[in-house]
Amino acid sequence: MSKLLIEDKEVVIPGQILAEGMDYLPSNGAIREGDNIISTSMGVVSLSGRLIKIIPLTKRYVPQIGDVVVGFVKDLTYSSWFIDIGYSNDAVLSMKDATSDFIERGADLTQYFSHGDYMVAKIANVTKTKAVDITMREPGLKKLYGGKIIEVNPARVPRIIGKQGSMIKIIKDSTGCMITVGQNGIIWLKGPDLKNELIATEAIMRINECSYTQGLTEQTEAFLKERTGGKQHGVHQEA
Amino acid sequence: MAYTKRLDGRKLDELRKVEAKVGVIKTAAGSAMFRMGNTIAYAAVRGPREVFPRSMAKPDTAVLRCYYDMMAFSGAGERVRPGPSRRSKEISMVTAKALEPVLDLTEFPKSGIDVFIELIQTDAGTRCAGICAAALALADAGFSMKDMVCAVAMGVIDGTVVADLDKAEEDYDKGPVADLAMAMLPRSGEVTLMQMDGEASQEHIIEAVELMKKSIKKIYEVQKKALLEKYGGVKDE
Amino acid sequence: MGALKMNKIMKDYILGLLSKGERMDGRKLDEFRKPIKIEYGISTKSSEGSAIVHIGETMVIAGVKMAIGKPYEDTPDEGSLTVNVELSPMASESFEPGPPNDYSIELARVTDRVVRESGMIDVNKLCIKEGEKIWMVNVDIYPMNDAGNLFDACALAALAAIKDAKMPKIENDKVNYHEKTSKGLPLKKTPISVTVIKIGKHLLVDPLVEEFNALDARLTIGIDEANNPCAIQKGGDAPLSASDIDKMITLAKEKVKELRKVL
Repeated sequence: MSKLLIEDKEVVIPGQILAEGMDYLPSNGAIREGDNIISTSMGVVSLSGRLIKIIPLTKRYVPQIGDVVVGFVKDLTYSSWFIDIGYSNDAVLSMKDATSDFIERGADLTQYFSHGDYMVAKIANVTKTKAVDITMREPGLKKLYGGKIIEVNPARVPRIIGKQGSMIKIIKDSTGCMITVGQNGIIWLKGPDLKNELIATEAIMRINECSYTQGLTEQTEAFLKERTGGKQHGVHQEA
Repeated sequence: MAYTKRLDGRKLDELRKVEAKVGVIKTAAGSAMFRMGNTIAYAAVRGPREVFPRSMAKPDTAVLRCYYDMMAFSGAGERVRPGPSRRSKEISMVTAKALEPVLDLTEFPKSGIDVFIELIQTDAGTRCAGICAAALALADAGFSMKDMVCAVAMGVIDGTVVADLDKAEEDYDKGPVADLAMAMLPRSGEVTLMQMDGEASQEHIIEAVELMKKSIKKIYEVQKKALLEKYGGVKDE
Repeated sequence: MGALKMNKIMKDYILGLLSKGERMDGRKLDEFRKPIKIEYGISTKSSEGSAIVHIGETMVIAGVKMAIGKPYEDTPDEGSLTVNVELSPMASESFEPGPPNDYSIELARVTDRVVRESGMIDVNKLCIKEGEKIWMVNVDIYPMNDAGNLFDACALAALAAIKDAKMPKIENDKVNYHEKTSKGLPLKKTPISVTVIKIGKHLLVDPLVEEFNALDARLTIGIDEANNPCAIQKGGDAPLSASDIDKMITLAKEKVKELRKVL
């Protein structure tokens, strides 16, 4: 007889038995082992019908096609740059994907991006052997100037961004900061002053550290209101 | 059975006090402290990152490397000279082998995952405490694991099978002592580390393995509690 | 990730803030992180003395071990003190397993300078039998998490472990490690180090890793309880003027007072 041993939204550890019997199907973060479905993740159970998925609360970044990431130039050759995106392999940005400008062969690539430059890029391709190509040739992708970089757990990125960007918008609006959240857990942040930057940083880190036990949105809003005095900042440039 | 009452009064299958905490080394990808009686181990995970030497990298998965070390002041007697020794290199290797069977590292090919284990105080069972801490640190880092790994030094003292040898029992001189350090997967009862010093009969060895299945329940509960203490409060929405 | 190694963006960010008298974590330039916590006797079953120091998220453990040995021929009535720093890659992304690099060698030497060469321990009182037997004291310091300012955290951890230490009993000319006396180590002074860094024309204390990586010069100053400098080490590529040095020592003296309270 099939039996569900956990509830929806329960926090489980790796190796924990989620269900017994053949009626349930494992999805991300869970596998079938004989008669049991077990978690391979440290995360939150998400049940939908017979499908058991685990949403991780902690993970190392694995690039997926379409991910928008924040990275920096680690090295370059005559025709491409190697970008550190916080993954075991560096991503490759080739000349043709760098900009909508025409780059001549033999041009000095450091004119465009040089060592240590940060950028927002998109994962264009990930091969079976996990070689990663990125592109900058889409709206919103660009080199980053100024600001600061903070690192969060990639598993918390969806919560920091929120449904359709709702959470990050709340943080941006109340602090006036430009914030770009990379799927790889690297965040670029630039605000009108240090005080607001620190408030935005702390709001993000609180979500990162799973400090909330209920109502992430309400708690974030309350925190921001308390720190900023409830001021809203006007329309700022999308970063 | 000559050894019936344990030197510190514990029951035969009773472990020393077990404690654990996750996320203790903030700059690491994952970390944990694991304590068994007076043996205290810290573990920190760094990576995935480049493997050196490059020739050690594997094309389709990450390589797990463990570095076990006892701090110079961690031994009960004289100072331990810092730096790797043959013993620590061997323990590092078997620790990695004890953890590998539960890990799926195929999402990070050609890279290395390093686990650093430091013992700040020792009272026997050090490699076991290190493995328990390392398993927690890997879970904290978010690697795919199909089970936790629990380790403890079982013992056969003068014909009696006991759980969790401390140093006094290791040094027991009124009868033969076998020190059986083992790591076991809590769900399946499978053994991923087994090292014995001393002699014991086959029956006693199997008895120790069977007893361990029960003994590690306490370790698993403490590991689970430590992970839930860090992550379990989450009720995002 | 190498976000901290490649810190062009962070260096510019830090400089931009400094020009307004600000730091990336909101501290003042002359402010130490809070809390500064010391846990004594953390490894008391094995070490003769031990302590863990937390400065913000920087965490360093130190332990004292003692043994009986023979004195050197030219100092027959002096015991010995050896100070060692082991950089475990546990503590930082940038430490690698293997032989020590320049940074770890300097960290060990500076800590040795503050703790041992300053004359912290009265080695004459470590003599058991002149010409034959002396106490050899070893202090081993292990950073466990590098969130900045290991120089000061290591020296503070060593001092705390030394303060925590109790001499073991001697039985039949051998050390009985299982029994401690109530006697502590003979301390002559208690130097605390403060590292002041210079970025551009600004002086800061208790640098974060990003600030440390952006420094032009640094001065680690050990100050004893009589408010005298008793150890100094300069690091970093840029030179320091006499006026810089004067200001840095003054700043260090001020800060040491705060750190002493935590001990």
